[in-house]
Amino acid sequence: MSAAIERTDVLVIGSGFGGAIAAYHLAAGGAKVTVLERGPWLESKDFEHDYKLGSSYTRIFDFVVGDGMSVLGGNCVGGGSVVYFAAMPRAPRFVFDRRGSIGRRMWPGSISRDTLDPWYDRVEESLSVSRQGWSDASYAGGLWAAACHRAGRTANPLAAAIDNAKCVNCNFMMAGCRFEAKQSLTANYLPAAVAHGAEIRPLHEVQYLTRTAEGGYRVHYTIVHDEDYRLQNGSGVIEAKIVVMAAGAGATPVILQRSEAHLGRMPHAVGRYFSGNGERLNTAVLNEDKVAELLGLSRGEGLPPYGANAIGKGPTVASWDRLDGSLPEYSRYSLEQLYFPPGLGTILAQAPDATGPTWFGREKKEILRNWKSWLTIFSMTEDDNEGVFGPPPATGNAHRISQQMLGRGNLTYRPTENTWRGWRQSDADVKEILEKDGLAKVMPWTNDLVGAYTVHPLASCRMGDDPHTSALDDRNELRGHPGIFVTDGSAVPCALTVNPAMTIAAIAERAIPGIVASARLRGVAVTYGAPAPNGRTGGRKGVLPLLRREQPARA
Amino acid sequence: MQREEAAARTRDAADDASLTLEAYADTIVPGEKRWPGDRAVAGAAPGGGAVAAGALELLRWDATGISDGLDDLARRVNEHARAYAEEVGLELDPEVPPFVALEFEDRTELVARLTRPGHPEKEFWVLLSLFCTMAFDSAAHLHTADALRDGHPGLAAMGITRPDADGLWRFQNFGYGRELARLHPSTTPSGSPA
Ligand SMILES: Cc1cc2nc3c(=O)[nH]c(=O)nc-3n(C[C@H](O)[C@H](O)[C@H](O)COP(=O)(O)OP(=O)(O)OC[C@H]3O[C@@H](n4cnc5c(N)ncnc54)[C@H](O)[C@@H]3O)c2cc1C
Repeated sequence: MSAAIERTDVLVIGSGFGGAIAAYHLAAGGAKVTVLERGPWLESKDFEHDYKLGSSYTRIFDFVVGDGMSVLGGNCVGGGSVVYFAAMPRAPRFVFDRRGSIGRRMWPGSISRDTLDPWYDRVEESLSVSRQGWSDASYAGGLWAAACHRAGRTANPLAAAIDNAKCVNCNFMMAGCRFEAKQSLTANYLPAAVAHGAEIRPLHEVQYLTRTAEGGYRVHYTIVHDEDYRLQNGSGVIEAKIVVMAAGAGATPVILQRSEAHLGRMPHAVGRYFSGNGERLNTAVLNEDKVAELLGLSRGEGLPPYGANAIGKGPTVASWDRLDGSLPEYSRYSLEQLYFPPGLGTILAQAPDATGPTWFGREKKEILRNWKSWLTIFSMTEDDNEGVFGPPPATGNAHRISQQMLGRGNLTYRPTENTWRGWRQSDADVKEILEKDGLAKVMPWTNDLVGAYTVHPLASCRMGDDPHTSALDDRNELRGHPGIFVTDGSAVPCALTVNPAMTIAAIAERAIPGIVASARLRGVAVTYGAPAPNGRTGGRKGVLPLLRREQPARA
Repeated sequence: MQREEAAARTRDAADDASLTLEAYADTIVPGEKRWPGDRAVAGAAPGGGAVAAGALELLRWDATGISDGLDDLARRVNEHARAYAEEVGLELDPEVPPFVALEFEDRTELVARLTRPGHPEKEFWVLLSLFCTMAFDSAAHLHTADALRDGHPGLAAMGITRPDADGLWRFQNFGYGRELARLHPSTTPSGSPA
């Protein structure tokens, strides 16, 4: 027996929203925290404007093709927050009452928009989320707003975690923000966690967990080569009293599945009920003359009135007319303008009115020549939690194909008629708004190549009150495996009809007091109550009274 | 002597594979012929296509994860081409590999079949198509700024602009700067749906 087994109080797997928030609070409260992150640790100067394979554009991504669903996520310290677009709306009230296919409320009874609002407040303070004005909207967002208005709809500039004073509208957000305008977790929770002694180890990929004799967990990892992620540079173990799983909804259930042989039965919902947040993309090719004529828009002398696909910062404007709680489930969605750079999504755009193939060939090439006049609209609908993970691959969450970014995973997704109805309705809506009077030609992305496509994986290890359909209790603890908590998107029970990071973060914030209490039970000297990473205390003032109210009930 | 013959055979096979892969890439993003007798590039669209954009360079780069399997893919698509020709009653020119011998419309039909949901080899062909597209739409084998400077046909066709001198993009004017729609009536003060 080697005497040199490493030990930590709290081991956090993954450094995205769920991981960073847990790491910060527990470290600030006095616990020894170690974070294992599969991807590299890049600094602002490493974020390149470059589509070459191996630049930050592909290094910090993970694209996993499944059977019927492909998932794009972050792969770096900071996780999805480094590659995301920083749109940070709260989920609408009706979402928390959703029933989906299980015929009962999917969310735990203790969570509603009202009970989550104080936790949303904490996140807003920590990430400097602010309401954007019309002057912050990109050309693409402005165009979408004008088109919505002309069709008798409303449209909103999105709440965002962006410092507009620093933003240069380069639209390379997905390669990481070079200008430190985007409030990635590498600008707040993670440096604050490190300042409190947390240790973050990049290129450490967790494979499975086993139990220790003392009732803690031993976490088994491999070290990933820093350039060719297909290669491994050794392996190791580390023991912890508490494990916080936050590898993302595409990876957390896979680690648990692989651990089942050692830890015993996993709850039925581990690796089931996956949701792609009901995502659907449509590409509109605008008629520039009509943009001027119908919408009265102009960028000035000598410039096309739009022609600005490449300019801006991801989504800036969304239409929420269908976020109406009185409408039936599966018919509510938001329609958000989005930017998708070449390479990662262009292949899935289809040529409207094509007589031949739509995604390749002559007519596809023709629409590529109009790429500047593309407008991408992103629907977030209510899907049916159809995704199921098959047996785990040898390592990680996918069989890696390319040196970086591309892999093949075991997620199966067969959209039900409910999901299809939402997709079709939102497609028709986008068409109605943008094809009115010949403003544009619109086609959805094809599902034929890599299935449906999501950047918002959710619910693969979800919380709830019913042990048969939820893997976690309402405190984010894994049923039957005390001391393992899940705080990432996999805990969120269902599609949200809006961008999810805000809700994932709020749920993680809400889980922290319970994790602290569990750590204390295991002899870790840790307390709850850190301010926001920037030192502000407004959010904390909002939640501490809630916890005090809860104490007697739990005792 | 024997060794030289073997080497020559390998070279021919490799050339056949390259020719076949070029024809495949040209089916995905077609372009104009590079010279009058160009067989791989069918000349089905004006301007450079995936081949001129560097598809072969990208495919042969091991970072893609498919470089090792390319000869096999070329062999397979030629087998499919032979079977297709037989099925529809086409006479193939024996001077070039079967896929290259197909007319552009037939190449297109065959690729459509191979990539259709349910085809047992669909994943391979989608992957190959993905990298052919990426050669054109993002020059994934080149630094973007260099590719733009050197007139990369895909990036140029898409109208991607050149970066600033430091290789970074910045846009001073980025939006119309005015209110363009009514806000949703239930919007919270911090800008979320109520
Ligand atoms: C292009 C893009 C744009 C987006 N834009 C928005 C937006 O504008 N607004 C919004 O709300 N959301 C957006 N999202 C989604 C958002 O990024 C995710 O919802 C969010 O990051 C999920 O948080 P998480 O904590 O669940 O997981 P992640 O942030 O994905 O973090 C998981 C981390 O775990 C690591 N990991 C995985 N497996 C292992 C392992 N075995 N061992 C160790 N580490 C591992 C991963 O590398 C990753 O860093 C976007 C996503 C993408 C891809």
